[in-house]
Amino acid sequence: MRRIGVFVCHCGTNIAGTVDVKTVAETLGKEPAVVYATDYPYMCSEAGQNIIKDAIKEYKLEGVVVCSCSPRMHEATFRKAVSAAGLNPYLLEVANIREQCSWIHKDMEAGTAKAIVLGRAAIAKVQLNAPLIAGESPVVKRALVIGGGIAGIQTALDIADAGYPVDIVEKEPTIGGKMTQIDKTFPTLDCSSCILTPKMVECAQNENITIYSYSEVEAVTGFVGNFSVKIRRKARFVDENKCTGCGVCTEKCPVKNVPDEYNLGLSNRHAAYIPFAQAIPNVAVLDKNRCIKLTKGKCGLCSTVCSAGAIDYEQKETIVEEKYGAIVAATGYNPIKIDGYDEFAYSQSKDVVTSLEFERILKADGPTDGHLQRLSDGKQPKTIVFVQCVGSRESGSSHGCGKEYCSKICCMYTAKHAMLCREKYPDTDVYVFYIDVRTPGKNYDEFYRRAVEQYGVHYIKGMVGKVAPQADGSLMVQASDLISNEQLHVKADMVVLAAAIEPDKSARPLATMLTASMDTNDFFTEAHAKLRPVESPTAGVFLSGVCQGPKDIPETVAQAGAAASKVIGLLAKDKLSCNPCVAHSNEMMCNGCSSCANVCPYGAITYADKDFSRRQDGSMIRRVASVNEAVCQGCGACTVACPSGAMDLKGFSTSQIMAEVDAICK
Amino acid sequence: MQVNNEFRPKIVAFCCNWCSYAGADLAGTNRANYPADVKIIRVPCSCRVNPMFILRAFQRGADGVILCGCHPGDCHYTTGNYYARRRMTMLFSMLSYLGIEKGRTRVEWVSAAEGAKFAATMNEFVETITALGENKRLEDLRCKK
Amino acid sequence: MQEVMKKRASELLADGTVVRVLGWKNGEFAYDPTPAVFQTVESLEAFVYNDFCASNLSKYLIKFLRQEGKTLVFLKPCDSYSFNQLLTEHRVIRENVYIIGVPCDGKVAEDKLREKGAEGILGIETEGDQIKVKTLYGDLDLNKKECLGERCLSCKSHQVVVFDEMLGENGEENPDCGRFDMVEKLEAMTPEQRFEFWRGELSKCIRCNACRNICPACSCEKCVFDNPASGISQKAAADSFEENMFHIIRAFHVAGRCTDCGECSRVCPQHILLHLLNRKFIKEMNECYGEYQAGAEAGSRAPLVNFTMDDCEPSIIYTKEAGK
Repeated sequence: MRRIGVFVCHCGTNIAGTVDVKTVAETLGKEPAVVYATDYPYMCSEAGQNIIKDAIKEYKLEGVVVCSCSPRMHEATFRKAVSAAGLNPYLLEVANIREQCSWIHKDMEAGTAKAIVLGRAAIAKVQLNAPLIAGESPVVKRALVIGGGIAGIQTALDIADAGYPVDIVEKEPTIGGKMTQIDKTFPTLDCSSCILTPKMVECAQNENITIYSYSEVEAVTGFVGNFSVKIRRKARFVDENKCTGCGVCTEKCPVKNVPDEYNLGLSNRHAAYIPFAQAIPNVAVLDKNRCIKLTKGKCGLCSTVCSAGAIDYEQKETIVEEKYGAIVAATGYNPIKIDGYDEFAYSQSKDVVTSLEFERILKADGPTDGHLQRLSDGKQPKTIVFVQCVGSRESGSSHGCGKEYCSKICCMYTAKHAMLCREKYPDTDVYVFYIDVRTPGKNYDEFYRRAVEQYGVHYIKGMVGKVAPQADGSLMVQASDLISNEQLHVKADMVVLAAAIEPDKSARPLATMLTASMDTNDFFTEAHAKLRPVESPTAGVFLSGVCQGPKDIPETVAQAGAAASKVIGLLAKDKLSCNPCVAHSNEMMCNGCSSCANVCPYGAITYADKDFSRRQDGSMIRRVASVNEAVCQGCGACTVACPSGAMDLKGFSTSQIMAEVDAICK
Repeated sequence: MQVNNEFRPKIVAFCCNWCSYAGADLAGTNRANYPADVKIIRVPCSCRVNPMFILRAFQRGADGVILCGCHPGDCHYTTGNYYARRRMTMLFSMLSYLGIEKGRTRVEWVSAAEGAKFAATMNEFVETITALGENKRLEDLRCKK
Repeated sequence: MQEVMKKRASELLADGTVVRVLGWKNGEFAYDPTPAVFQTVESLEAFVYNDFCASNLSKYLIKFLRQEGKTLVFLKPCDSYSFNQLLTEHRVIRENVYIIGVPCDGKVAEDKLREKGAEGILGIETEGDQIKVKTLYGDLDLNKKECLGERCLSCKSHQVVVFDEMLGENGEENPDCGRFDMVEKLEAMTPEQRFEFWRGELSKCIRCNACRNICPACSCEKCVFDNPASGISQKAAADSFEENMFHIIRAFHVAGRCTDCGECSRVCPQHILLHLLNRKFIKEMNECYGEYQAGAEAGSRAPLVNFTMDDCEPSIIYTKEAGK
């Protein structure tokens, strides 16, 4: 039996007012294990702490119970004091006799009796406390950013600025993401490329940043401070180091009819291509599905014209393996596929386009060279109808692709589109059909009001029911005006659909690799919705941009910076100290059944075959679990899932909790 | 416990460290009263509570056991209370199947902000258990005379 | 059937496909064949298979998990579910086992035979629906259906769900087996009646651990009830409560893993209806979390190591009951 000391705090009159602290100390002093018990007005004070420290030395205490306020308040204080006296800080238990006793009970007798029981429970528990030592794990001072859109770029730049090396993995041949496709940005209407391109160039030039373009994350193992990541570099059949980006191959390539991803298929590119003029890295790619040399073995024209000798038809995909201390997910979004919305005639008419396609039409490097034109006949549209919330805020969607959430950015970019149309082509009639107009944000509502008041855009509350292509090439838009309560028929030349946005499809498999959790919409979940919005619940994994939830560019950049600062905070440490109250598996009892791993939210449990051979029973190899203490957060889910009781939780072990139960029920 | 012929129930409350234990602290800070019959055991998460603990409490003389955790969706460890919810549903199902009075066990989700709810829940639970009286059945289950 | 099985076993042993055969041999009594390992063709002489061979062989495979060479095992439908469950839990390695599925239309229980007046049982022969029980006092012709063990009367599936080869024709699932009838009957009782029922059952327990030892799901390296660190290990039962605890916790530990093979009740010397505890969990989980049959598919995720965000609250148990 351990030698226990009990210290009862008066907390002024906070405790002593309704609990007879003297009686508590006296009664607990008679418990078999207790060799010293005392009370003091303020145990948390310097003098109070000294009483504890002195008693530990004088009475050779092996366990300490402080009866005071909530352990959430002063457990750390008392642990430090105990530790200073040379006792392991985890040989301390706090009995909460203030918040959970003196403050809620008015009757002195009942309060005192309860305080004694709580004290006994703490004594019973501390008897079984194991001295725990917080483990340490080293931090690899390198970060990985997955996704090279504006979120990933900003995060990488901020981390690199702090002096840490950072790698960007981007699945497309160039970084830049969605923002490269956008024409102007709200609410200032500055050119998207003009503000993004310098950042892309900075990424390429920053010596702390390595860009793995045309690459994907293949596997992630390890844990906070020490991730090991396999990156698959797809073959681009062009030597990145030799290619100068002169573009001759992309001009000479005879295959000219490949839908251009950058223009969302609204125009064609060659099989040898550079996604767009400002691509980073500015290196050509051969489309392996369309290149004649790669599919049929003939041609080879690009190789002939390349003066740098960069074309390499034999290039294979490679796997790069790198270690990281922190990982940032910045996988971004895509507009949903709206083929299912037959009522809007998207698949029937070229002049029904999505908002992102409309961006391409407006932008100077788009399929119409920035001229507002109908894609069917090249004529300038005189009447344009914008439809809001296509697939957003849809519950019980019959289309199978609708989202319940608000995509957040559509109201603002539609106001921008409407305004740009009226600005450049004042003779255009512009209608916007909406459910609600949502424009919170600095200068946002003013921006929308300008579209309505200054630019004369017709905002109509109501949803479009049907878009019917007419024989004369126009589009008949049927809609309801909810305010005047009438049916409207608008003869339009062009219809623009504000398609909902959804997380990129690569996010879910990535979340699985990272053991990061996701919500039902495949957005990454934050560690805490309010207080830890850029951290995932998995330690060392951070969130940047739309992969966490819909947001616009300024918000994305703000979050990207926040994620970077969290990463920097982590990388600044040489070692991480781990919570020692973690799960532990007793190999002798483990069945290797995987029940524990099934319920572990952190992927902290791994299995290995171990040799348990003993001379008397011969060869015996069993599959047993082990817990990675740096990853385990100590929830204890595994301890209950384990049928054999092999899994236990340090600091809250089965026998400790049972001892508390017994003491309370005695 | 029988004092002066007045029955006072023994009640064990398992509270998760992050939400419910903090909720209980808040009840204290707000001086929201509930009977002293309730004794709280702190666990990191509701998913740490093994049905064994609850049976053990009954074995050692508890009259009622309540488990409090973060609201579903708010678990500090993201998923712990979802497992706890299934486990407790099954345990309650079994106890009811064995003929143990319903209401001796309860699960309540209490956030760190719900001090008032914590106190109200405990008042209600003490009332229920006092009405049920001493827990004899679980023990008597095997002692057929 | 016995001869066909023996023949296949000899062939597979002889050609080196397997190095041992897990089957049955006669036990102390003819009505109690016991699991046995055969390592040579000659030893197969003692191989027995008849309508008394009720025991589930899957659990015995754990022992051979890491031993050299393949093991041939004969699995009845029930046993094949257990095998899959053990596979899910990594307790057996599929590649190390050669499975021959044997169809089953129920096994005969010795106590049923006694009720029919059979004493001094020496053997059994089956001919379709009829069985011929050989006894010291002569042969007895009986209807097999009337002599089946309890669990076979509500058999969930006649289908062997995992095998390398099948002897005879594989059966089908039997969803209308009514295996929850008795559970429903208990649910319909008042709590007091249920309490009396279980008091009657559980007070018979002598803690012989037969249920635990036979159960394919109870295959822990060390049972919590034998582990001093668990806080509930048995020295001498401190009080009568501990037996209740044992059965509740045991049912809980196998919940979602129990394939409902019924071995626990079959081997209970006190004839406690233990499978009714397991079936309650199966039924409740089916109702709360959707149909799930442990062992129907290897690798499936049991309800208690799974969740959905909109699972029912535990209080549903009380409202459910109130609704009745």
